[in-house]
Amino acid sequence: MLSSIRTVWLVFLHMFKKRVTIEYPEKKAYLAPRWRGRIVLTRDPDHNERCVACYLCAAVCPTDCISLQATEDENGRRKPEYFRINFSRCIFCGLCEDACPTYSIQLVPDFEMGEYKRQDLVYEKEDLLIDGQGKYHGYNFYRVAGVAVGVKGKGEGENESAPVDRKKLVP
Amino acid sequence: MAKVFIDDIEYEVPDGKNMLEVCLSLGFDLTYFCWHPALHSIGACRQCGVINYKDENDKRGRITMACMLPASNGTRISIEAKAAHDFRAGNIESLMLNHPHDCPVCDEGGECHLQDMTLMSGHNYRRYRFKKRTHTNQYLGPFLNHEMNRCIQCYRCVRFYKDYAGGKDLDVFAAHDDIYFGRSEDGVLENEFSGNLVEVCPTGVFTDKTLKQHYTRKWDLTSAPSVCHGCSLGCNILASQRYGTIRRILTRYNGDVNGYFLCDRGRFGYEYTNSKKRIIKALKRVSGTYQPIENGNAFEEVKALMGEGKKVIGIGSPRASLESNFLLKELVGENNFYGGISNTEGNLIKQVIDILKKGKVKTPSLAEAKGYDAVFIVGEDVTNTAPMLALSLRQAAKNKPNEEAFAIRIPLWNDVAIREIVQERTGPFFIATVHHTKLDEISSGSFYGHPDNIARLGHAVAQKINNNLPSVPDADRESASLSSSIAEALLAAKKPLIVSGTSLFSKNVIEAAANVAYALKEQGKDVGLIYTVPEANSVGMTLLSENFVDDAIARVEKERADVLLILENDLYQRIGKKDSEAILKRCNQVVAFENLENETTNSCDYLFPAGTFAESTGTIVNNEGRAQRFYQVHIPRNEVRSSWKWLDILRQDLQTAEAKDFDAIVDELIQKNPELQKIKETAPTADFRIGTQKIPRSPHRFSGRTSMIANINVSEPKPPVDNDSPMSFTMEGYHGIQPSPDTAFYWSPAWNSVQAINKYQIEVGGPLHDGNPGKRLFEPDENRQAKYFNDIPSSFHPSNDELLVLPLYHIYGSEELTALSHAVKERIPQAYIALNENEARRKGLNAEGGKVEFYYQDKKWELSLKIDNSLPDGIAGLPKGLNETSGIGYPFRTKINS
Repeated sequence: MLSSIRTVWLVFLHMFKKRVTIEYPEKKAYLAPRWRGRIVLTRDPDHNERCVACYLCAAVCPTDCISLQATEDENGRRKPEYFRINFSRCIFCGLCEDACPTYSIQLVPDFEMGEYKRQDLVYEKEDLLIDGQGKYHGYNFYRVAGVAVGVKGKGEGENESAPVDRKKLVP
Repeated sequence: MAKVFIDDIEYEVPDGKNMLEVCLSLGFDLTYFCWHPALHSIGACRQCGVINYKDENDKRGRITMACMLPASNGTRISIEAKAAHDFRAGNIESLMLNHPHDCPVCDEGGECHLQDMTLMSGHNYRRYRFKKRTHTNQYLGPFLNHEMNRCIQCYRCVRFYKDYAGGKDLDVFAAHDDIYFGRSEDGVLENEFSGNLVEVCPTGVFTDKTLKQHYTRKWDLTSAPSVCHGCSLGCNILASQRYGTIRRILTRYNGDVNGYFLCDRGRFGYEYTNSKKRIIKALKRVSGTYQPIENGNAFEEVKALMGEGKKVIGIGSPRASLESNFLLKELVGENNFYGGISNTEGNLIKQVIDILKKGKVKTPSLAEAKGYDAVFIVGEDVTNTAPMLALSLRQAAKNKPNEEAFAIRIPLWNDVAIREIVQERTGPFFIATVHHTKLDEISSGSFYGHPDNIARLGHAVAQKINNNLPSVPDADRESASLSSSIAEALLAAKKPLIVSGTSLFSKNVIEAAANVAYALKEQGKDVGLIYTVPEANSVGMTLLSENFVDDAIARVEKERADVLLILENDLYQRIGKKDSEAILKRCNQVVAFENLENETTNSCDYLFPAGTFAESTGTIVNNEGRAQRFYQVHIPRNEVRSSWKWLDILRQDLQTAEAKDFDAIVDELIQKNPELQKIKETAPTADFRIGTQKIPRSPHRFSGRTSMIANINVSEPKPPVDNDSPMSFTMEGYHGIQPSPDTAFYWSPAWNSVQAINKYQIEVGGPLHDGNPGKRLFEPDENRQAKYFNDIPSSFHPSNDELLVLPLYHIYGSEELTALSHAVKERIPQAYIALNENEARRKGLNAEGGKVEFYYQDKKWELSLKIDNSLPDGIAGLPKGLNETSGIGYPFRTKINS
């Protein structure tokens, strides 16, 4: 008897406590910046695609849900011809982000990707590519790489000296 | 055998090796860069440092390079000692000081020897804080991409290009850490073997430019063991595809054939398989245009055409597999099957096969050819007709001078010391051809003449070796003295090699070469005799053919045929316009099984899409009579399939329109052709399993399986099943050492680059684990009585008004299909007609490049003049097989006008 009254009393008290349930979708939950959600492809500070189509994300993907084809522009700068993620297979493990040598592929705090048809979960490059740099600012792979590809001249990269004169024999 | 100690464990190893070879053969992972099993040691990179101990009491030892340390009895080394380990890690750290931050955009990444060795050495963090040295790159032509920043100065490229392949235009420039490998100025790398730099370079300085157009990492490629269809040598290749197109060709190691290398035609000539001109579905011609037709309907209609009492003839192909040719023969009947080449060519190949089968002289394999110490080439421009043979012969030319080094006990692997002694010298090497060929640069005597005069020189040599042979009548003094010196050199050699072939369409040349070989054999020499033939399966098809195209023409001219079946054969290319039209017009219906649109397919009624080497499985027989299996790389998402599948369905009851599997066809083939018995043994049958596992075509790291066709349908289909081989089309299967004919890629833990081949060999540079693939169909019999050919032709006399036109060959362009590939196309020469200066002046022509007219088969041809003073008087040369000159039958006589 006493126990029942106590229970009713406690339930009554809860009416005055702060609510834990968030009224999603009217209200959004806080997601940390490093939360692993929807995958995006970002751009470098010069607004070019960061992805160099190195295939490392595809190789590391445990569900094999990333596929792409590399191509090159007229300067030899490599980029993906197409880049496809099948989100119906993706497990949001973030290994692709770890593997990416150019900070291109990033997982962002967004999970609102529900679809009625599985086919609609297949994202192409146009769907993945965003306008900004994502979480990592200031990095441009081609500034530190040894290839020139129209981004810089030979020897003009970070930490590079000018090209050597191959006809010079001075010790 | 010598006893060596590695980390205090005793091993028995063969004599005459160095410690690096020994360690790798024993399965140790020891880092190295400059050493290469075919290029041997120079001790330049310092990467294979080990500790060498004096004896068992020596606890301190000294660091020595394993590649320069002979594996003699009692040698004691440690790979694992900390000092050795630190030395190797430190060394690679220094080599990497200037290596760029390129791996993600480097085509070598994922199959990079430098990556592998860095991980293996233990070096992992860059401590050097100063600037990186950079280099500018060069344009090196359509085959190779140059990215000099990545170089680690191992010298392998120049050692291969200059020392091994005889190239002249790649060298090393500058000094100290500025060292530069490239050309003196931008330009196309000229050597025919430049593509091997892709595999020889341990990192990404030289990469495959054709792969770059559609780049894919090694781990994503689905590959199949295949055989090059570019010439008659049958070099082993690995053909790789991704998303349904062929991406690149790599060398498949075969210790008996091509070893570690390939020629550029074979490596870069694959792009025709991805051509827009491919026939990808069954087509029927309706009022002049081709319309797609349901397979089932096509079968039924063609079958109806071929019904009872109909006159059906079939033309085979020297580029189609034995199985396809055999099934065509079965379908049309033995008497109605014609080999798809002219009678002239067919009879020459028959003669070559006859000599291979009945002669008592060994036909060495491509690899064995490297072991001969004197060479006599009779009428063959080897560099252009069978390029890899030229590479073997270049090695053979080094054997004689090398002996001098061996005499002072320098082992073969000590490459620097040998080069120091030998310098540029070459052994006895004689060439008799129509005009100047590239191998002349290493020859000790060259002769240019009409094929009959070449044959006469051969007969004269044979006569000087065996005096019982009839002497050559009216021999001139010059060739008499040359024949004496050739005979003398061949007799002085331990292992003379005679090379000839069908390229000049001369029976006399073939016979003369055989005579020389027979005469040497009788003198007790260990002589070799190699003939090259025109195409990949020329020998195989000829073994199945009694008659050739000219017979077919004669037949249809007598009596019209109802149906003509053409198997993978562009008749216009092989027998010319006039003859092709003659035959096509006299057949009511023409059915072709073809890869690509060509002139012949323009006049067919039904077209079936036949697979190239990339989409077919089959067996082909190379010039030495070696039968080799090639596997289809993928099942394309269209109707293309092996020709033998189409043919098999056509001959069956249409209700069960399903081709038999490959093994059943092979069984039927060998039952009807017992001399081809051995083709069954060229590879395991389709039910072969390792445990319960198939053999994978893709590496275990293969990616994108749930995404690559998700744009079409998000539900993944079942992977295709291969009923024709024990191989799977996916990564599932056995990932250890596979049977050698079925190895689709080279990979071993920690060895991602092509250098993983070490792990597939019994001994580094030796045979593969279960023997080199391929089975020789004919072996020489020592006891046979060699029958000499006594037909000595008379000397050629140039006529005043007519010229004799002979074919001149080009590595890029003379082969029909590879010539359609983009990269190869860039290297095809302009069509020309070559004359010597005298002859040109006599015809009133003087300027090189001027227009020359001539008639062939009543048609006027116009080409520009090229002066080639090595051509003899009365002879003109035409490049064989170029667009402008295809379909010409050689030799022919013509008058020319300016």
